[in-house]
Amino acid sequence: MILDSKIPSGPLEEKWDKHIMDGKLVNPANKRKYEIIVVGTGLAGASAASTLAELGYSVKAFTFHDSPRRAHSIAAQGGINATKNYQNDGDSVYRLFYDTVKGGDFRSREANVYRLSQVSANIIDQCVALGVPFAREYGGLLANRSFGGAQVSRTFYARGQTGQQLLLGAYSGLSRQIGLGNVELFANREMLELVVIDGHAKGIITRDVITGSIEKHSAHAVVLATGGYSNVFYLSTSALNSNVTAAWRAHRKGAAFANPCYTQIHPTCIPVSGDYQSKLTLMSESLRNDGRIWAPKNPGDKRPADQIPEDERDYYLERKYPSFGNLAPRDISSRSAKEVCDEGRGVGETGLGVYLDFKDAIDRLGEDVIRERYGNLFDIYHEITGESAYQQPMRIYPAVHYTMGGLWVDYNLMSTIPGCFVLGEANFSDHGANRLGASALMQGLADGYFVLPYTIPHYLAEVPREPAPPIDHPEFAKAEEEVVNRTKALLENNGKQSVNSFHKRLGKIIWDKCGMARNKSGLEEAIKEIPALRQEFEEDVRVLGAGDNLNQSLEMAGRVADFFELGELMCRDALAREESCGGHFREEHQYEDGEAKRDDEGFSHVSAWEWKGKDQPQVCHNEKLEYERVKMVTRSYK
Amino acid sequence: MNILHVLFKSSIGKKITMAVTGFILFGFVIGHLSGNLQIFAHPDKINAYAHFLEALGPGLWLIRLFLLAILIIHVWLAAQLTLENKAARPQGYQNQITLRATLASRYMRVTGVIVLVFIVYHLLHFTVRVTHGPEAYPNTVLIDGTPVRDVHSMIILGFQNPLISIFYILAVGLLSWHLRHGLVSMFQSIGWQTRTWSKALNKIVLAVCVLYFLGNALIVGAAMSGQVRIQNPQVAGYVCRTDCEICGLRNAATIAESDEAASDNQS
Amino acid sequence: MKVTLRVWRQKDGNSQGKFEEYAAEGLNPNMSFLEMLDVVNEDLIEKGEEPIAFAYDCREGICGTCSCMINGKPHGPENGATTCQTYMRSFKDGDVIVVEPFRAKAFPVQKDLVTDRAAFDSIMQAGGYITSRAGSCQDANAIPISKEIADLAMDAAACIGCGACVAACKNSSAMLFVSAKAGQLNLLPQGQPEKDSRVVNMVSAMDEAGFGNCTNQYECSAACPKLISEEFISKMNRDYLSASVKGLFSAKAL
Ligand SMILES: Cc1cc2nc3c(=O)[nH]c(=O)nc-3n(C[C@H](O)[C@H](O)[C@H](O)COP(=O)(O)OP(=O)(O)OC[C@H]3O[C@@H](n4cnc5c(N)ncnc54)[C@H](O)[C@@H]3O)c2cc1C
Ligand code: HEM
Ligand code: FES
Repeated sequence: MILDSKIPSGPLEEKWDKHIMDGKLVNPANKRKYEIIVVGTGLAGASAASTLAELGYSVKAFTFHDSPRRAHSIAAQGGINATKNYQNDGDSVYRLFYDTVKGGDFRSREANVYRLSQVSANIIDQCVALGVPFAREYGGLLANRSFGGAQVSRTFYARGQTGQQLLLGAYSGLSRQIGLGNVELFANREMLELVVIDGHAKGIITRDVITGSIEKHSAHAVVLATGGYSNVFYLSTSALNSNVTAAWRAHRKGAAFANPCYTQIHPTCIPVSGDYQSKLTLMSESLRNDGRIWAPKNPGDKRPADQIPEDERDYYLERKYPSFGNLAPRDISSRSAKEVCDEGRGVGETGLGVYLDFKDAIDRLGEDVIRERYGNLFDIYHEITGESAYQQPMRIYPAVHYTMGGLWVDYNLMSTIPGCFVLGEANFSDHGANRLGASALMQGLADGYFVLPYTIPHYLAEVPREPAPPIDHPEFAKAEEEVVNRTKALLENNGKQSVNSFHKRLGKIIWDKCGMARNKSGLEEAIKEIPALRQEFEEDVRVLGAGDNLNQSLEMAGRVADFFELGELMCRDALAREESCGGHFREEHQYEDGEAKRDDEGFSHVSAWEWKGKDQPQVCHNEKLEYERVKMVTRSYK
Repeated sequence: MNILHVLFKSSIGKKITMAVTGFILFGFVIGHLSGNLQIFAHPDKINAYAHFLEALGPGLWLIRLFLLAILIIHVWLAAQLTLENKAARPQGYQNQITLRATLASRYMRVTGVIVLVFIVYHLLHFTVRVTHGPEAYPNTVLIDGTPVRDVHSMIILGFQNPLISIFYILAVGLLSWHLRHGLVSMFQSIGWQTRTWSKALNKIVLAVCVLYFLGNALIVGAAMSGQVRIQNPQVAGYVCRTDCEICGLRNAATIAESDEAASDNQS
Repeated sequence: MKVTLRVWRQKDGNSQGKFEEYAAEGLNPNMSFLEMLDVVNEDLIEKGEEPIAFAYDCREGICGTCSCMINGKPHGPENGATTCQTYMRSFKDGDVIVVEPFRAKAFPVQKDLVTDRAAFDSIMQAGGYITSRAGSCQDANAIPISKEIADLAMDAAACIGCGACVAACKNSSAMLFVSAKAGQLNLLPQGQPEKDSRVVNMVSAMDEAGFGNCTNQYECSAACPKLISEEFISKMNRDYLSASVKGLFSAKAL
């Protein structure tokens, strides 16, 4: 496998323009003859599908959701970055580019990030034109807020619903194209296999989740915009149905999977309250501006917070990072919380939580000021936990929030399977080892509105201009058969344990051994445990009901089966990356003070894994990361 | 876009038509009430008013037909909307609870149908005049000697039967209740309701409905209880003093003389 | 805590459904309603019975997927919350809870508690957009929009498309949904060129889909998890009326 990133030559600032100029175009009259399958209608998929349709291509859009409006993108709260420099505070394309590369701990591609930064401003123009109700100032101009990892205010937002508003904007454009007949929508369809003919992606196999029917769809190119894989951890802040199946099926057909171990953990989530918990909810990080984080000094101290005297409390972030204190970055404060809980000092019923205490702030500023600043967050907290954070400290714990890894793509967003493009969180492209807040929405929309529409013709213009292959091609039959067999095997398994119970167990292994902090022995254990668990799953999973109607256990079973393989690969990747960087923290690789220790000599590369068959370990290929413009530096927050 | 299609086929259009027809009917009932309130004045007032209306001849018929058409449209669309709304949920819930809808809004169909029955009865009673014997529909002369129907006495006679009076009071009560929702709803249906003034609108409508009800109830109550009395000597069965400043020259005999002429005059 | 559930079970869109009773035991008041259903489902799987199908995705009240009618109210007893944001502490130990799917002719039941809400998508396809090609737009700050209008548009835009309005309405009317969607775009300057055709087309798509008519009772707004105001319905009626009247008098291009 050759990893050709196809990064254009020339100075960083001119690469994208040059690439557009050098690219081939598809004659407008011919566009209609090209069929393009877009799987996923989140930000990335919806924006891509509608834009391709506007250009004249025949698009088929697929989502397993009942409507394109529901993708996981809808849940993003905080905002979207763009280099508008409306605040006159010194933002520029270069600054966003630099912040993103640095935030990613120098593990992303310069050229991709620069392009992302270049097109970011257009995204805001496009969204406003579509009617996205961004927050505004009294003068009627757009408002901005600042976000982690940046010293300028470049984040645009729509109340706490930026993701929903952006997605609805993209969805409205997509709806228009569906109404015009330029996009054919296939909702309630789960892609279960990629069809590759003569080395090129030419179609997909889907299951209609309502009727159970297995369908074949062919096209000239397949675009995957199927989101991230946080749910491999079972508990995450992701929507419950997010999964890796589409990407994984492409991986098994030849698409390299890059940096699977790069996962992001968010420090301030509401802790798990019990075994029944299905989902973790994010609380804005801004709370750390006024809240003090602490845990009891003594392990097993189960007294209520107000009965623990001051000298028996450990304000561990303030103690360990005196200058940043409670505002230490995401990965550091997440890891510290885990350490405290591992020592048995965690709070709450499960012992997996630390206090975020507003008592001092309330004493100092008064309850009204705190209410004004964080009232809605306190309300959410109250709604979920039934506790009032005005009276007792909040309990928080880190949770999985985003996956930087994904299918490897070149500068054109094409995977290692020609004709198979990957957008949004599903690809690995722009965030390196750690994503900055408000950059995922930006990337998804950049990919869909402004990158893919320019790069896909490079591919289409090169393939012979002939109709998409007929769906009775033997490769379709083969892929269909695989799907039918897998489904049948699950339904006829007659095991004893539910899909959910396996998913929980898998999640626990990954969380414990490939979560916030990883080490060699843990990873090696996981690499043994996961296949064993998978084996048990294959033998003993119980999927009731039939295949010919809505069967949520069946859907989940298929997804969990793929999570097993992915989980194992994550551990392998984490084991192979003998350094700490961004979201990947190897306990063996830290400075004395506990800071992450990068190894730029040995690991300044993308690890792209190639599938070698079931029960065969994947093979890792490296794409060297060349830094022409930025200088690598070490982060320190002491 | 065909305007008839909009007004009679689209969901919002139908509601707009309901609102407009409802408003016209409301205009009519208010006008009607102000006419009827003349019962508290000299009998000549209301009798002359009725005479004036009848003298419009074909004009009156135009108005009547117009109102009838409006009523038919209103009722017809109400029926259509009701059927469509029923069809929109073929299978109901086991125990749906009501969150906010007012009682008035929930009984629009019931109040509407009773009002319709009432309207029919009311027309038969006072317009077609067939519910009672001829003695319930007397004639009289105006001060200038014009022979007219004695509407004043007719109304009072009409409310001598307590059952009928109660039915009238009940019906106008239900109509007021119908309007309680209808008049607010109307503003919403044509898009004139905003949060800024919906509270005020609500209060104004409440006041209008109460006043409307009181006005009507007052007439029936006054007639029933003898607060307004029949002043037509022939009907009342007594002979006036000839110099009475109320009746002037009119006494039973003169009225009787003109009786035939009066009946010819009105049909 | 424990409760008894009376749950609507229906194999698929073509089958008849009926209520089944299940005992849900060992519950924690801090469980969400959906997590309680998860627990019941695990029990059912254990017993070899098919689990209850119910819709969900985000489980934090924003995607609009979850959709149960709980004790006669869409999304359950709390105001301004979705089913996934409803917690068992809103119920009493020993309660009998009736759980049904959202019901309407335009929302056919697909299985158990899962309802097909594609009719909303078809309304959006008829006009729920501003035509704006990627790449063709002016600078985002070229048209200032007063904060008041922007905030009002945002109020409308808060709709999560769950269909509780339709479920709560005695007439299964979709007016609150359509008015929120049309209202958002019709308020904004960017939405003006298509304002008239938008409202007319969306309303006719709504009518075609088989939703009922509004009787101005506002159960929709009371049941809306985002508490969207009925004022948007008034606005839509106004926009519709004005579009229709304008249609009568405006000059027509060839
Ligand atoms: C709680 C939370 C808050 C966040 N806040 C922010 C923020 O403030 N700013 C920010 O920039 N980012 C934020 N993010 C991250 C961001 O929301 C996501 O990374 C981004 O929305 C992903 O978009 P996407 O289009 O790539 O994928 P998704 O939105 O996940 O869409 C995936 C699509 O693919 C479809 N799909 C998947 N698999 C299949 C299949 N097999 N067959 C058919 N269809 C399939 C799905 O139906 C869906 O339509 C947040 C994330 C979380 C969890
Ligand atoms: C003099 C008599 C009447 C008056 C003044 C009147 C007035 C009104 C008004 C103003 C409305 C509000 C329209 C809207 O919702 O926008 C209304 C609604 C209604 N009317 Fe009447 N009405 C009268 C008679 C009737 C009759 C006889 C019936 C039926 C049998 C009837 C049935 C209804 C119904 C069902 C509605 C509610 C429509 C809806 O909410 O969708 N009305 N009426
Ligand atoms: S599951 Fe998303 S709103 Fe309830």
